[in-house]
Amino acid sequence: MKVSMKITINGQHFELADSTNVAQGLTQFAAKEPFAVALNGQFIPRSQCDTTLLNEGDSIELLSPIQGG
Amino acid sequence: MSSVISDSFSIYGEQITSRLLIGSALYPSPAVMADSIVASGAQIVTVSLRRQQSAAAGDDFWQLIKDTGLKILPNTAGCHSVNEAITLAQMCREVFATDWIKLELIGDDYNLQPDPFALLEATQILLAEGFKVLPYCTDDLVLCQRLADAGCEVLMPWGAPIGTGKGLLNKYNLKTIRERLPDTTLIVDAGLGLPSHACQALELGYDAVLLNSAIAGAGCPVTMSHAFKAAVDAGRFAYRAKAMPEKDVAAPSTPTMGMPFWHQQ
Repeated sequence: MKVSMKITINGQHFELADSTNVAQGLTQFAAKEPFAVALNGQFIPRSQCDTTLLNEGDSIELLSPIQGG
Repeated sequence: MSSVISDSFSIYGEQITSRLLIGSALYPSPAVMADSIVASGAQIVTVSLRRQQSAAAGDDFWQLIKDTGLKILPNTAGCHSVNEAITLAQMCREVFATDWIKLELIGDDYNLQPDPFALLEATQILLAEGFKVLPYCTDDLVLCQRLADAGCEVLMPWGAPIGTGKGLLNKYNLKTIRERLPDTTLIVDAGLGLPSHACQALELGYDAVLLNSAIAGAGCPVTMSHAFKAAVDAGRFAYRAKAMPEKDVAAPSTPTMGMPFWHQQ
């Protein structure tokens, strides 16, 4: 795999090949259901994760249910 | 009596009979959380979203919540800007499959006071996106009116800052909001510490209370959950019964006619 860009997922650094989409990027994190995704602060619907390409320096937030008041 | 027991309030058209909404955080264990939620009789439980850490970390929690079968009210706790709150609300809608959102938008970290200006702006955007917004707001009448004007059918003014347990700090404000917005569902959210606080909110005519720390932080959360359940029922009964007018001068309750010898002339 040609490493050509660096991104972060939940603050952790990952190196990914060029033309990687969000869904592919999430496999690097071993994301577990259920979750929702934001890219650079913008919500990305799950239905668009495999058509949204990542770019150098992108920041993904991968959020899951937790206790709340 | 049965009509009192069966009365309900509306959250965006959905009829709710339990007047206690309960949070899912801060319990000493997942089992105590689950037992406390059941004991509360709540039909609605609040949850949130945070960064996924390890694969197993949140699984037990979310499964326990799903097992309750209750309606889910996700929150935007911790957001400080309109954009953050909107993004988190959108993420919540997808994960929890609900349009309901408890909109929290903090303006000051010292007392976790909602930012009224950002709250109104975010509310307007989210309502336009089809969300059913339940804004956590201060007990400011004009803010509440603006939120209602924007289309909120439910408002959640604070009793006191989150987690303080101080109760209803400004009953006058809360009462005024109730009187001025008679058709809006009103829920006191945050700051309650004792069942009597919840009872007071219901006595004022509030439709429900939302609380977490008061139960989760109690010495025995499950028992306290029972206490709050009884308190909201008592407050609602009292509101429906209409309290006697308060007086400044004492008035005897025992008949004065036929007083015995010691008052005879």
